[in-house]
Amino acid sequence: MISLASEKLIILAMLLPLLAAVLIVLVDKKPNLRDALSIIISLALLATVLSLLPSILEGNQTSITLLEIVPGLPITFTLEPLGMLFACVAALLWPVNTLYSIGYMRGNKEKHQTRFYICFAIALSCTMGIALAGNLLTLFICYELLTLSTYPLVTHKGNEDAKKAGRVYLGILLSTSIGFFLLAILWTWHLTGTLDFKAEGILAGKIAGPELIVLLFLYVYGIGKAALMPMHRWLPAAMVAPTPVSALLHAVAVVKAGVFSIVKVVIYVFGLDMLRLSDGADWVLWIAGFTIISASIIALKQDNLKRRLAYSTISQLSYVTLAVFILAPLSIVAAALHIVAHAFGKVTLFFAAGSIYTASHKTNISQLNGIGYRMPWTMAAFTIGAISMIGLPPTAGFLSKWYMLQGAFQQEQVFAVLIIIASTLLNAAYFIPIIYTAWFKKEGQESGELVVHGEAPKAIVFALMTTASLTLLLFFFPDVPLQLAMLLRCY
Amino acid sequence: MDMILGHYNYWMVIIIMMAGFYTVISRGNLVKKIVGLNIFQVSVFLLYISIGNVKDGATPIIEKGVDLYSNPLPHVLILTAIVVGVATTALGLALVVRIKEAYGTIEEDDIHNQDQSL
Amino acid sequence: MIENHLSLLLVVLPLLAAPIVAVLPNGRLPWAVSTLVSWSVFYLAAWQLMNVNTGNVISYELGGWAPPWGIEYRIDAANALVALIVSGIAALTLPYALKSVIKEIPQQQHALFYAAFMLCLTGLLGIAQTGDIFNLFVFLEISSLSSYALISLGKKRQALTAAYQYLIMGTIGATFFIIGVGLLYAMTGTLNMADLAQRLPELYEHRTIHTAFAFIMVGFALKLALFPLHVWLPNAYTYAPTVVTIFLAATATKVAVYVMLRMVFTVFSFTFIESTPADELFLLLCVMGILGMSFYAIYQKDSKRLLAYSSVAQIGYMMLGIGLGSVLGATATLVHLFNHALMKGALFMAIGALVYRVGSSRLEHFSGLGKQMPWTFAAIVIGGLSLIGVPGTAGFISKWYLVLAAIEQQNWLIVGVILIGSLLAVIYVWKIVEVLYFKATGEMEQHNTAVKEAPLMMLIPMWVLVLANVYFGFNTELTVGTAQQAVQLLIPGVNK
Repeated sequence: MISLASEKLIILAMLLPLLAAVLIVLVDKKPNLRDALSIIISLALLATVLSLLPSILEGNQTSITLLEIVPGLPITFTLEPLGMLFACVAALLWPVNTLYSIGYMRGNKEKHQTRFYICFAIALSCTMGIALAGNLLTLFICYELLTLSTYPLVTHKGNEDAKKAGRVYLGILLSTSIGFFLLAILWTWHLTGTLDFKAEGILAGKIAGPELIVLLFLYVYGIGKAALMPMHRWLPAAMVAPTPVSALLHAVAVVKAGVFSIVKVVIYVFGLDMLRLSDGADWVLWIAGFTIISASIIALKQDNLKRRLAYSTISQLSYVTLAVFILAPLSIVAAALHIVAHAFGKVTLFFAAGSIYTASHKTNISQLNGIGYRMPWTMAAFTIGAISMIGLPPTAGFLSKWYMLQGAFQQEQVFAVLIIIASTLLNAAYFIPIIYTAWFKKEGQESGELVVHGEAPKAIVFALMTTASLTLLLFFFPDVPLQLAMLLRCY
Repeated sequence: MDMILGHYNYWMVIIIMMAGFYTVISRGNLVKKIVGLNIFQVSVFLLYISIGNVKDGATPIIEKGVDLYSNPLPHVLILTAIVVGVATTALGLALVVRIKEAYGTIEEDDIHNQDQSL
Repeated sequence: MIENHLSLLLVVLPLLAAPIVAVLPNGRLPWAVSTLVSWSVFYLAAWQLMNVNTGNVISYELGGWAPPWGIEYRIDAANALVALIVSGIAALTLPYALKSVIKEIPQQQHALFYAAFMLCLTGLLGIAQTGDIFNLFVFLEISSLSSYALISLGKKRQALTAAYQYLIMGTIGATFFIIGVGLLYAMTGTLNMADLAQRLPELYEHRTIHTAFAFIMVGFALKLALFPLHVWLPNAYTYAPTVVTIFLAATATKVAVYVMLRMVFTVFSFTFIESTPADELFLLLCVMGILGMSFYAIYQKDSKRLLAYSSVAQIGYMMLGIGLGSVLGATATLVHLFNHALMKGALFMAIGALVYRVGSSRLEHFSGLGKQMPWTFAAIVIGGLSLIGVPGTAGFISKWYLVLAAIEQQNWLIVGVILIGSLLAVIYVWKIVEVLYFKATGEMEQHNTAVKEAPLMMLIPMWVLVLANVYFGFNTELTVGTAQQAVQLLIPGVNK
């Protein structure tokens, strides 16, 4: 009885955003109705996803097959803990982000707002599809559609810069996914005759030695959304998009879809046992470590706030990759938790960046002297987000780093431990100056005219306070995500 | 010697074929190209007709006292091919006329230059 | 009773229609009759496919003469699938043609235009239906001659030279083919393909058979524009009237690929091909064609020419399946043959709609039209995605089987080439998309804001094809199912 209901809910979770897209088209001419509809549907989606929670916490796995593309290769959606976690995060942040978008898009008088909301809704639907995908093919389809549906969002401004950024964005994401990811999937299919996600992995015993390493790399680099160096350049390029896009898509949905796919592939396609016996995992570990450190160093040098955040995202994403490839049960938990923790923190930071831009049209850190007193709410939220990024209590970031370190010790991965410590210092090095500038430097020291401005529109402030409090709440009440993540430990 | 005389029909076919093919490739005049194409096709007709011949065979018309006939089928086939060849030639020439009207020349190089200069 | 003759009717109907259409008064009547004929033919083709899809083979003896002496129409799943594509594209192109033809072709030539179109359809369907190798030549020439005439009707004078060039190369190709057929006949005394397949194996060592094979392959490589014998194609597609480009791009080369499949796998056999250097040569030419022509496409400034070069590259994909010489490869070829007809049909229709509104096919003139013509733009995006092979479209299924066929043989070079080809496709497809999507600049800005969406008569056929691209990306029962069925009959000795 329950399983039947959850099957319908799974479909509903993907259909609701699409429904939103259709409705938005219909009420194109009435902005208020359009925005109200967006919020209502995003809340409905949240309710849908949350109502799936009880069944999964009981340990049920629901699966639904829509149709068979090629004999033996169906489009299947399966509800499992990791996907549930990801779906929850995306669904939880969508209403908040919609609220924020309304404030931001109106505040900045952006054009083509209808197109913006449509693409956003479609992208959300694809994200749900990735979260709930039951096999590699389904995952791949949603993954590609997500890339394509976010292209109009990235190039929203329509100027020459946007066009160029759009080329980099599509170029890297499509070429990695078609060139490597698809090849890896086909290879897997050739070897095993199945693409289903199975708890113990499907490749066990089917491939070994150098070929295994090649396949592993095809997956790791094929999933370009995980932004592992040198496939990271699309992410800073995507920052030309309006801030709500950077916030929800390029801090949560798109990039998390990347690392989420990597975690899925590692757990359900390769299987942890198999990777523990291979050198390949260590190699990826080193690359992830390298990415963490070098992206942090690049972030240090960025003066544009959004670009600094983008490089910070690249480095934080590799935390997840690093955590997974430690291959300890606890580090898997950490990877899952970090997807959540980083999402809340980074969204807050981006919201703050957008809020500053809306209120004062400032984009660079060097212009932010004393801005904390003009925009106290925004900068308070920013500070909380930054603390979470560094990984200090009492924020969500601390939790994931804690488990990550435990996992690394468990597996005696000294390299990983060192990377985590070094990068924590680097994180502090590029976030603390911003906080310092905002709160302790005197206004008027920077070049340029003094702009008198106040706090951003209420919708924006409300949205960023929500995410900031979520970051704190997650530290004090981590039950549900922890429970979901712990379910992963058995694999 | 037998190689040459015994297969003289094939040699003829090859010579005509190459003459025609060469004309098509080497000539820049559009009408000459079509002439070459015709010669090329004729060689194929000859090939078909000569393989239809059966040694000591009579004309393939049923007659008393004759029991060895030449194979009539290749002739029939080649009748069709001739019709196709005529149609091709007609269409080709019609195109040449239109090209002459449009470009004022039927030399390939001139046409090419005119298109280039646009 | 009539049911027995339906396979023949499929060819005879458009053949009879051609002279009737030719003498009809200019105006809408010729169009209406041709459209009606093409729809009935499509219906017949669908019926035929349903009949043979179970593994049946329809054998029809023309004039009651028993094969191998008489001409036999021998229809299995492969023939039926190709006939379905050809007639289906015709049935969609003709409704689309009405407005486009009025705009592009002088009124007094309309009746003749549709008559030539019917003849071309006859020829292509005939090639698909017949089981007799000489009859195939005749139909080949019917379709070729009528397509030369059709191409020459293009507005610009370059259409004439393009048609002439095609005529010369096409005739050489056909003549090569007929030489090969003559040699085969000299050796075996039969022209029936099934009969040939039985008689040839004992002669495989013979040099004449090798010569015949070489002539036939080169002849058809010219017809299907296999790199480097493709030089006629870009000009012909660029300067032909839009409707003709749509129809030829979606069907003519496909039919030629089908003949190649039939020759390589049925008449000769893959064991024979492997004893010749042909299979390696095919792979080499395909690799060069895919990479070279995709690069060429990237640098084109004319949308039709861009798609034409992409077609040459895509033909490389189809021939790859043949060159790989496996069951999976042949399946991939057939599947891609079908899917490519859908995507190129949709893309050329969309480009045609733009040309209809703007009056030019140059990319720079399309600037910013995405906003003015959203449906056409969406069609180009989806058709383009299918061309790239993005999942959820028909093109993905093709790529899937092609790569799988290459992996099966551990041929990683081919795998790489297929995937790199897709990436190059991303670039040239996105060139068109970008021009349309971003705002017009400079002088095009004023000019293009007045442009309206394409007429409904164009949009409907276009979107039928676009939706077919999506549909066959998810439901592969018809494409892959039939292709697998067909391959079993194409390649004797393959078990379920």
